Amino acid sequence: MTNKLSKSKIDREQKMLPPTVFWRIAEDIPKSLNWVLICLSIGIPLCLWWIVSNSGLVKPLFLPTPLQVLSAIQRLWLTGELPKDIAFSLFRVISGFSLAAIISIPLGTLMGTFASLRALLEPIIGIVRYMPAPAFIPLLILYFGVGETTKILLIFIGTLFFNTLMIMDAVKFVPKESIETSYTLGAKRSQVLFQVIFPFILPNIIDACRVNMAASWNLVIVSELVAATEGLGRRISVGQRYLKTDEIFVGLIVIGIIGLAIDLLFRLLQHLSCRWASR
Amino acid sequence: MHLEVSQLHKQFPTKRGATVALEDINLHIEESEFVCAVGASGSGKSTLLRLIAGLDTPTTGEILVDGRRVIGPGPDRGMVFQSYTLYPWMSVADNIGFGLKLQGVPKNERRERVAYYLEVVGLLQFARSLPKELSGGMKQRVAIARALACQPKILLMDEPFGALDVQTKETMQQFLLQLWRQTGITILMITHDVEEAVFLSQRVYVLSSRPGTIQREVSLDLPSDRNYSLRRSPTFQNYKYEIVELLRGEAAILYPEAREQLTDFCIPDNN
Ligand SMILES: Nc1ncnc2c1ncn2[C@@H]1O[C@H](COP(=O)(O)OP(=O)(O)OP(=O)(O)O)[C@@H](O)[C@H]1O
Ligand SMILES: [Mg+2]
Repeated sequence: MTNKLSKSKIDREQKMLPPTVFWRIAEDIPKSLNWVLICLSIGIPLCLWWIVSNSGLVKPLFLPTPLQVLSAIQRLWLTGELPKDIAFSLFRVISGFSLAAIISIPLGTLMGTFASLRALLEPIIGIVRYMPAPAFIPLLILYFGVGETTKILLIFIGTLFFNTLMIMDAVKFVPKESIETSYTLGAKRSQVLFQVIFPFILPNIIDACRVNMAASWNLVIVSELVAATEGLGRRISVGQRYLKTDEIFVGLIVIGIIGLAIDLLFRLLQHLSCRWASR
Repeated sequence: MHLEVSQLHKQFPTKRGATVALEDINLHIEESEFVCAVGASGSGKSTLLRLIAGLDTPTTGEILVDGRRVIGPGPDRGMVFQSYTLYPWMSVADNIGFGLKLQGVPKNERRERVAYYLEVVGLLQFARSLPKELSGGMKQRVAIARALACQPKILLMDEPFGALDVQTKETMQQFLLQLWRQTGITILMITHDVEEAVFLSQRVYVLSSRPGTIQREVSLDLPSDRNYSLRRSPTFQNYKYEIVELLRGEAAILYPEAREQLTDFCIPDNN
């Protein structure tokens, strides 16, 4: 009995967690490794693409080489088509998203703060949120034609509800005692809303916007596939019609890069405005 | 009378009927008095403090502060929670001045008062730091300064040093005593540390549990100059023992089988 006990004790002593670099949990990895991995993350898919497209295994019609795509970018940029596409798509995304943000930020904050407003609005928003935004396209075209309004409203509808609910949820993480402390410091309810709850959830608001910005990009492409004379989504559908695979790739890659840039901008904004929230 | 609580009852509705948290609580605190309330976990200490702060409403009964009936929270009753509740995006100075800002105190006056309280809590050189850069004891000093800056009629504290280590806790107790002497503020503090209660206060209310009632009121006749050696004096130890006994009797009713262990555990060593 005692033997058995001491044996298992020895086993346990031997089990010490060995140190690691790659598999660290909730710790930073060395900066150099970080950069190597980031480069690999972009480099490996690029290399694979390069190898496969140059190997002749896949017809060039289906998979252009990176060089072909690069030259297509250059060509479209010089003719002025690509800048125009980018400008139009950006304009639609920014308009639709800003509109949604202007409404969803106050709405979400209010719904998170006041249980009464939450009870009043959450059920209906919960239902509408599950209706896929593209399903509104026929109605929007019926009401507003095929102009910019329809495209912007599509993005607006597709972003508004998710953003509202995500911001609403963020308010739950404001500690009740922080709010109560404010009352004992003489705060009125409006002051608690504007001077305690809002600054507290600002990092979460920026984060919600960052996530939902991606949804806006999905929707701008959908809207341009339906009806547009310019834009990155339009570029892709034209590419398909005339079998210009390289231009489809141009559209995809440019969307990816712009998306990443916007994402980084949001992160920068968050970093600058909410230094207190960073670890 | 500065604070007067009379015939206070509080019950919480739950799925299994109502929980009576407080029953027939009567207490009073005079101006510039330092009073502690001790009691076992679940005896309704936090509930009592929240009712006085106006953060919750009593089922029946009345709370008067300076003759005015409490109907909601206000800056005349400062509150310090065990969790520090500092606003993480504000500097230490802004945290301390927040109550004044909320009440529309002009900027100049605000700056003066913040500087004064920074000095009082000994954090002048941390004025521009963020809360996350402070230790637990420092955070709690900021929370106390923030409450004091509003010049409340009474300072309510719910186990303010409960999360601190022994050394920091002792420093904070000295600090609080000094602060109390310096400012003459009225304090009602909740703690489950009997020694802390005896060391700090002039009077101790001992609460019993389920339902929470005031079991005994112990007036402490101790020298006003309280220092470390006081803790070892027989008078101090007797008070402590008396209160521990009261709480132990309480525990024996709740958990009779634990009585023996408790007896072993709680006897103060008088050496
Ligand atoms: N919001 C609530 N809803 C229901 N019951 C509650 C609520 N708040 C407190 N209670 C009950 O009231 C009683 C007293 O709780 P309270 O938090 O005041 O105790 P306490 O003395 O502060 O305990 P501790 O020392 O653990 O902090 C407990 O039985 C608790 O379950
Ligand atoms: Mg408590």
